[in-house]
Amino acid sequence: MKTYTYTEKKDTRSGFGAGLAELGRTNPNVVALCADLVGSLKMEKFIEENPERFFQIGIAEANMMGIAAGLTIGGKIPFTGTFANFSTGRVYDQIRQSIAYSDKNVKICASHAGLTLGEDGATHQILEDIGLMKMLPGMTVINTCDYNQTKAATIAIADYHGPVYLRFGRPVVPIFTPEDQKFEIGKAVMLTEGTDVTIVATGHLVWEALEASKVLFEKGISAEVINIHTIKPLDEEAILKSVAKTGCIVTAEEHNYLGGLGESVARVLALNNPTPQEFVATNDTFGESGIPSQLMDKYGLNSAAIVEKSLSVIKRK
Amino acid sequence: MPNTKHLEDLTIQVRRDILRMVHKVNSGHPGGSLGCTEFLVSLYNEIMVRKEGFDMDGIGEDLFFLSNGHISPVFYSVISRAGYFPVEELNTFRLLNSRLQGHPTTHEGLPGVRIASGSLGQGMSVALGAAQAKKLNRDNHLVYTLHGDGELQEGQNWEAIMYAAGKKVDNIICTIDLNGQQIDGATDEVLPMGSIKAKFEAFGWVVIDIEEGNNIEAILKGMAKAKSNTGKGKPVCVLLKTMMGNGVDFMMHTHAWHGKAPNDEQLAKGLAQNPETLGDY
Repeated sequence: MKTYTYTEKKDTRSGFGAGLAELGRTNPNVVALCADLVGSLKMEKFIEENPERFFQIGIAEANMMGIAAGLTIGGKIPFTGTFANFSTGRVYDQIRQSIAYSDKNVKICASHAGLTLGEDGATHQILEDIGLMKMLPGMTVINTCDYNQTKAATIAIADYHGPVYLRFGRPVVPIFTPEDQKFEIGKAVMLTEGTDVTIVATGHLVWEALEASKVLFEKGISAEVINIHTIKPLDEEAILKSVAKTGCIVTAEEHNYLGGLGESVARVLALNNPTPQEFVATNDTFGESGIPSQLMDKYGLNSAAIVEKSLSVIKRK
Repeated sequence: MPNTKHLEDLTIQVRRDILRMVHKVNSGHPGGSLGCTEFLVSLYNEIMVRKEGFDMDGIGEDLFFLSNGHISPVFYSVISRAGYFPVEELNTFRLLNSRLQGHPTTHEGLPGVRIASGSLGQGMSVALGAAQAKKLNRDNHLVYTLHGDGELQEGQNWEAIMYAAGKKVDNIICTIDLNGQQIDGATDEVLPMGSIKAKFEAFGWVVIDIEEGNNIEAILKGMAKAKSNTGKGKPVCVLLKTMMGNGVDFMMHTHAWHGKAPNDEQLAKGLAQNPETLGDY
């Protein structure tokens, strides 16, 4: 079994900041907007190097989304930055009308997604954002798993024309994907090949899935772990090919089971190859205050939960 | 002052278009459309600097954003007669498979439209983005907008109004259609907003009043004054006092025609009051 190790942990939001800084040097059309969270979004480098291409909007997210839409008229490629909660739910209609329906080339970059925002609690944690964004016609939805992948995704979406929701997070997590990776929107990444169960994971749960696969291996179970960084458009072929081999699947995400990756996968399976599936996701609930790792344990978003769901789904084959 | 005869003729023709469009599909918003006819006719044919043809980026020309998208009949008529698409296409307003959706959109690729509007209160933010893109592009042209007065009840406007002054966006002229009416009645009854002029001034805008917002000469004069105030570090607001339903006597002095179409008899009456000038579509 292919195993993954790491030597360093970093937050995915820093990957975004590094990617944005690189875009500032390489693409003169890229502009950035922020609603009073520059430090949290790691946008300092871009701002320092390109002050004229940065727009500090203040605490006014609706205005930020509208201004971003307007900046595309004139050929700019706007990257908006705020927490995932304020990037989606708070401004859903602005995104719907002024960005998605208007076909505007805005990149909505959302940090502090999910439970791992931590101590601020449920007012700031969002577990519904993937669902909100994937339901918008024409919206691309990406949730990256580590620093390197977030940096690569940030750079890649500038070259794609159309609205994109890029979701990342606050805590430091292992860096296990290659620094020089080519990020292909809509293309799943095979991490470990296996024959007994498919585990498709997104965001922070990808590392947990790899950890789970090691435990499963010790139990004599061969797990195939696939990193689904793009939830929409979904790499249906990769999923169907894998379940044709394994016959069962576990989906893992830091999101409500309603509206998330799991539901998208279930639809693909229902239409093409009905397959037993288990969900590692939050169970239609809000979050709460706590240390990120405690929250992930309490809400069952960790490698132990992936192992448990894998064992149950194998029994349903 | 330019000869306004052509603008007067066009205004009458646009009124006919509006009445015929909403009558045909028995839906749409004639009241606010008629109230803003003189303004949009003047804007597109006398005030704005426009290039031939249409491209989304609009570099090297003035831009216009309609925030109160429900007055799409007047917008569609004016931009078609300004050359963005064939006038005959007005026949498809609100019909299945039309580019002329109930509220304007870029989604169907209609030339002349740069943003979807209709969910109120979003146009000013978009226009501010476009104005700032112009500055980045060293494009010395202006961005114009139109908003309903009732629309100012949406909070996003006030985020935008604060931002525009705070960030010195001085290449924008936002016009508020002060007709004092909204769907449920007079704005003063639905939600009294106090002095809109005092509010814009308190937020740091230059405010120009056009008391006779249905008089073409007054519009041209007021907008020239507005234009002369751009580029001076402050955003510019025009308060355009209009009469809803202007030019069709039974649609004036009431909010009843905000979102209601005339029947056959009412259409005939309205058209008789506005005899054909430049040819019906």
